[in-house]
Amino acid sequence: MAYEGKGVWCVGEVRHGDLSPSLFELITAGRIIADARSETLTAVLIGKGVAAKADEVAARGADKILVLEHDALDQLVDEAHTGALTAAAGTEKPRTLLFSASVYGRSVAPRVAVALGGAVASDASALTVTDGKLTLERSAFGSAVISTVAVNAADGPEVVTTAPMAFERSGTSETKAEVTQAAVDPASWTQNTEFVSFSADESKEIDLGGAEKIVSGGRGLGNADNFSLIRDLAKSLGAAVGASRAVVDSGWIPYKHQVGLTGRQVRPRLYVACGISGQIQHLAGMKSSDVIVAINTDADCPMMKLATYSVKGDLTQIIPAIVSEIDKVRGSSNGS
Amino acid sequence: MGIHIAVCIKRTPSSTSVAIDESGQIQTAGLPHGINPFDEYAIEEALRIKEKLEGSKVTIISAGAPESEDVVKAALALGADEGVVVTDPAFDGSDTMVTSLILSKTVEKLGDVKLILFGKQTNDGESGHMTALVGARLGRPSISAVRKVTDIDADSITVQRLMDDGADTLKLNLPAVVGVTKEINEPRLPSLKGKMRAKKAAIPKWGAGDIGVDAAVVGKDASPTGVVKMEPVPARTAGTAITGETPEELAKNLVEKLKETKFI
Repeated sequence: MAYEGKGVWCVGEVRHGDLSPSLFELITAGRIIADARSETLTAVLIGKGVAAKADEVAARGADKILVLEHDALDQLVDEAHTGALTAAAGTEKPRTLLFSASVYGRSVAPRVAVALGGAVASDASALTVTDGKLTLERSAFGSAVISTVAVNAADGPEVVTTAPMAFERSGTSETKAEVTQAAVDPASWTQNTEFVSFSADESKEIDLGGAEKIVSGGRGLGNADNFSLIRDLAKSLGAAVGASRAVVDSGWIPYKHQVGLTGRQVRPRLYVACGISGQIQHLAGMKSSDVIVAINTDADCPMMKLATYSVKGDLTQIIPAIVSEIDKVRGSSNGS
Repeated sequence: MGIHIAVCIKRTPSSTSVAIDESGQIQTAGLPHGINPFDEYAIEEALRIKEKLEGSKVTIISAGAPESEDVVKAALALGADEGVVVTDPAFDGSDTMVTSLILSKTVEKLGDVKLILFGKQTNDGESGHMTALVGARLGRPSISAVRKVTDIDADSITVQRLMDDGADTLKLNLPAVVGVTKEINEPRLPSLKGKMRAKKAAIPKWGAGDIGVDAAVVGKDASPTGVVKMEPVPARTAGTAITGETPEELAKNLVEKLKETKFI
């Protein structure tokens, strides 16, 4: 029997009391679909204590907010979040569910799609609705290729993850979304996973995935001690810290900072590559950044060739000079 | 007590310098192919678990073209016990949703598999969805982005998952599906003995009928998503070289640009 769903759900991610701003990217993406089909857009908040987040979301462009609240949803247990979303979607019958292509989205979205007999597509960087049919663009083959994918979900909803930072975050709207609660019953799903513990990252650094600005360091820094230069510049710019595979493999910085095909794929507004020559695997992870700054001694390396602004020179001299110039500029603008 | 571990691997182009033909389809014929690099960590982790839980068996599953035999043999050379290529013209054009059906039916046919391992993603399609899709298909727990197996026995596996704000530790009852990151281990190289054994090994090929899948529910037409076209990403055009005689001048001129673009 054909599935007749209506409406777009944007599934928000709340981790330890913090709402990920990726929900506002989903709302922008979701509006494209909802407006083209004249359907409503619902922001879904799922977890424990998430009803308190409704105020943050109410005036950000969603028509409705649906709250799935339960102690069993406190942590990310894939089966629990899938179970609660599947039950709610089974009742409400949305035509589209959007998730961010984070660990959360990659874990939950496919399970929801299977449970509801729908379609699943990942990493959308653009969405189009033509005659009611959804197509999306996504990058593949190490960002060498853009694929256009048609979604034809006949027996269930369209489940799509969007590439982090591919859509602008929705601004504030005049109207406030109405909030409703959905029933959550842990007896409705089978759970073979037990949450044991969470160990927080002590560093409190800005996460790469949602970062507006990233400063990355590579082999050109010369040694592990010089990585402090990257942290200095990142701090000065309010940026997240990234790294090339070479320096992660050398143990200068943990894996979670690695940008590239085998690390994180990022799309910041500003990417500053320091001493990174630009191997194809690294470029695959960052070349969609809006503005790229490259600092390198080799003016002919691939990163310098594709950078928006390239600076030829010695990192150990140039980075401190940039940091002090930023201080100077900020100081004078504060004084005036 | 040992367990039966299945590792799902894919044969993919080793280079991303792919060509696209006039009809918008990607041409990978003639390119060097190998094990999807992310899958090497899954194979390695399976071998480490096998070494820990005596009496365990590692079976490699590769769905795709008949040539996938090459990557199954490469995994046998590393120390996997057995392997199977799942291939059928009826599978052509299957999307991730349908591929997950093919893989889960293959796992079911193997019968006694307790742990199914995947790499983080493939280097061609890059969805990273297969772990969760196969978990859901099998009605079993799944977990992605695993950077460490902290404990395993015949009934359960405890793993650490890398999240944006730290690490979650979860315990999954077996059978379970686990997707691993490259942080989890350092893959070994094949031994000469392993290579010899792999060379001689006969790799069975299973088609739709062998895994009990109706040809009507697989392939391009049965897939709820499909690639309409592919285009090369336009190259970034060369930007501006910042000029200056001294580090201070270079810094000043760069910061000027960053101010213009409102980053400072």
